[in-house]
Order: sequence, then C-alpha cells, then structure tokens
Amino acid sequence: MKQYLLAVHMVEGEPAPAPDVMQKMFDQVDRINEEIRTAGAWVFAGGLKPADSATVVRTEGGTTTMTDGPFAETKEQLGGFWVLQCADLDEALAWAARCSEACMGPVEVRPFEDEPAA
Amino acid sequence: MDLDSVYRAEYGRCVATLVRLLGDINLAEEAVQDAFAVAVEKWDSLPPNPGAWIVTTARNRAIDRLRRESTREARHAQALLLHQRDEPEEVGPVRDDQLRLIFTCCHPALSPDARTALTLRLLAGLEVPEIARAYLVPEPTIAQRIVRAKKKIRDARIPYRVPAAEELPDRLAPVLTVLYLMFNEGYAATTGPLIRTDLCAEAIRLARELAALMPDEPEVLGLLALLLLTEARRPARLGPGGELVLLPDQDRSLWNRALIAEGHELVRRCLRRNRPGPYQIQAAINAVHTDGDATDWTQVLALYDQLQAVLPTPIVALNRAVAVAEVHGPAMALAALEGVELPGYHLLPATRADLLVRLGRVAEAAAAYDEAIALAGTETERTFLTARRAALDI
Repeated sequence: MKQYLLAVHMVEGEPAPAPDVMQKMFDQVDRINEEIRTAGAWVFAGGLKPADSATVVRTEGGTTTMTDGPFAETKEQLGGFWVLQCADLDEALAWAARCSEACMGPVEVRPFEDEPAA
Repeated sequence: MDLDSVYRAEYGRCVATLVRLLGDINLAEEAVQDAFAVAVEKWDSLPPNPGAWIVTTARNRAIDRLRRESTREARHAQALLLHQRDEPEEVGPVRDDQLRLIFTCCHPALSPDARTALTLRLLAGLEVPEIARAYLVPEPTIAQRIVRAKKKIRDARIPYRVPAAEELPDRLAPVLTVLYLMFNEGYAATTGPLIRTDLCAEAIRLARELAALMPDEPEVLGLLALLLLTEARRPARLGPGGELVLLPDQDRSLWNRALIAEGHELVRRCLRRNRPGPYQIQAAINAVHTDGDATDWTQVLALYDQLQAVLPTPIVALNRAVAVAEVHGPAMALAALEGVELPGYHLLPATRADLLVRLGRVAEAAAAYDEAIALAGTETERTFLTARRAALDI
C-alpha cells in the first residue's frame, strides 16, 4: 500500500460560502469520509483554520525565530487534507474525484515518500 | 538479416514484458538495450523467435546487473526476478504487456506532451534525437519530459495494468489521442517538412497492435481505419515538384488500394457494431472519399452533421463547411463559417479564401489568402497558398 496526500486549497480573502452551502459541503465530506473508512483507505484527514493563524518556526545555529503567517505569501493556501492508503495512483485519483465533488473544489494528489523497507 | 526491422517490431513488446518482470521502466529499457547489443554480436542469422530470445537474454542481463548492485531495492528486485524464473518459461513478449504499457504511458496524470514522447520512446523504440527531430523540439526538452514522466510513474505509482471496463472509456481516449496526434504530426506537420513518414508508420503500427488487442472497441477500429484511409492517399498528396495537391486534383491511381480495402473493411465492421464515435465517423468520411471515382459529398455532409453532433469543435465546423460548399454552394458554406474561430490556424482563412474566390469576391479572397500565408507553418503550404493568391484576377 502507498500513502497519498489529497490536499484541498482555499483562496485567502475569498468570501466564505453561504451557511447552507457550507452545511451541504460538511455533510458531503462526512459521507465520503465514512466511505473511505469502510473501504479501509483512511489514514487521517482534517480541515485547517485559515493560513493567517499559522506560525513559521525556524531554528538555525541554536536560535529559534518565529514568524507570523504561513510559509508562502500566496493567496492559495492549504485548507484541509486527507491522507489515504491506496494500492496505486488510480485508486487515489478515484477517491480524489469523489473528494473534489464533496468539498466543491480542486484536490491535489501527491504521493508520500515510501517508507524504507524493513 | 535485418536487425533494424526486428528492433522496430520487437523493442516495445520486449520492454513492455520486461517492465512487468522487473517492475521498473528504466531497468527494463536497459535490459532490452543490453540484449539487443548482445544480439548484434551473436546473431549470424535470425533466431526462430527473436522476441523470445531478446526477452530471455534481457532478463538474464537484468539479473547480472542487479547482482552487481547491492542496494536493498536491487536485491528485492532480484529476488522477485529469480522467483519468476521458476515459473513456466515465457515463450516471448506477452501482447497484453504492451497494452498495459500504453495505458501507463498515456495515463491522464501525465502531461499530454509527455504521453506522446514516452509512447514513442518506450513502445515505438524511437531514440530521443528522433523524437526531438519529429517534433522539432530541442533534445534536452524531450529527454527531460521522458525522465520526468518516468519519475512520476514510479513516485506516484501509476499502475501498470489495463483499466477495468468501467474506466475504459475515460482511459482509452488519451491513448487514441496520442496515436491520432502522432499520425497527424507526421502527416501534416505544423512546421518543417510537411510529411514525416516515420511518425505516420509508428502511429499505424501501434494502432494496429491496439486493434489486435482490443478488437471489441469500435473506436479503436475507427481510429485505425481513419489512419489507414488517410495514409492510403499520401502518395498522391504531393506532386512531382513536392507541391501540395488537393483531394479533387489527386491522381487516384496513386492511392494505396490495399490500405483502402483494409480501411473499408474496418469501417464496415464498425457499422455492424453500431456504436458510433468520433473516430469511426471520421473514418467513414474518409471511406466515402476513397470510394469510387469521385466523392459523394451529400454522404460526406451527412456524416459531418453526425460528427458535429458528437464532437462540436471549430475544426469539425471548418471541415463540414467544405462539404457544405460542395452540396449547397459557397455562399452557404461561408455562412456556416460565420462565428467559427481558430486562432493561428491557417486553414480557416485559406478555406474562406477559396469560398470567396468561388463567389467572385476576389479582393476579400486576396486578404484571406494573405492571412493564411502568414499563418502557414510549412514551406509546401506557403508555396501552395501563394500560387493561389497569385492566380487571382484582381
């Protein structure tokens, strides 16, 4: 099995969807999460607070500095993600299509580095 | 002994089988290349089954290669390989392997440019410089596309398998597109010399393989028929001086009768299945063009109407307008082109120019020819259009 990150992007500063749309999205995501669990592909998933709540921590030469805000100064930020275990990319892409529909936005599929063989 | 033609015929098949045995594209390619290098030294005459010889030799070479390498991954691959050796002896390249590999090469997660380059490299056995020449793209660009695509196949674990029946419609489309574009680039190159026969030949060879492997997919048969019927007319497409000859002016005795017969038979098979699709309809149009002494334009127009319904693209609208002109006259055709936009494509103004000439609107025709000449990418087409422009009675 291989693990894949299914990342959902949010665009900073864009108005939040109407409450009924949000509710619909939550319901859809709940349903797909249930399906993922039943199929045995579930590893972990979660939605994130907006990127302005992020802090970047950097330790160099024994000194730790902290910076307010996310890594990248772009509008497109990670909004949430799934980590799934799948047999191959096709399986991950099939889930991604369902997840994209559920969360009403594009989903980026990215493979994890393989664990070193034991 | 013609090692070149053996290489052409067997390379892709052997690589495909070795990918399955080794689970790695790069290892498979190296092993097959090693085996062909051995063949050059050892073969005095062709062995009874050259493909089987190459597969066996490549597998043994791969084991040697993996033994020399001591990484864990290599040892794992070697164990896999040795295990498979105990299984019944392979009689040669397995045809399904080629099908698996073409679906991997044309996976929608790869960029369209990479799909074509990878298919030409792995399945047609073309070298990077050959692919670069065919597409007039710098060699490092092609090399990079191939390396990146192979890396993504490995890192993202793009599967090496024929898609399940329910996925097939979505997954077959990019495969057919790659073969169609490969042929088209060979037949009507966007730049450089107009016709590049090597690309046409490879596209047809792979389409034939695909049709043999998936005889129940009518669009695969349709694509093959389309390519064959187009290829059949190639000998008449350029005149003695290398100039472009349009369909009505072509010497039909130069057409390849065998390819036409084969194409017509495939179109008939498609018709019997009655599951029409864009490639089958285009093949049917070309079947009409190659039937008898002259084109039955009413039939062609009816087929273009059908094509436009399933594939409403500006290119189809443009080609349909040509049929409209033959059936209903140039004024109707010009009206049909109203609102059709194909930025940068010379054949739209060229067609408009021809229609304007037939309507006696020469000044407008001249302007349209000028536009087409400026956009044409090959010398052959520029010369052709310039001659037409010069023949105008202004």
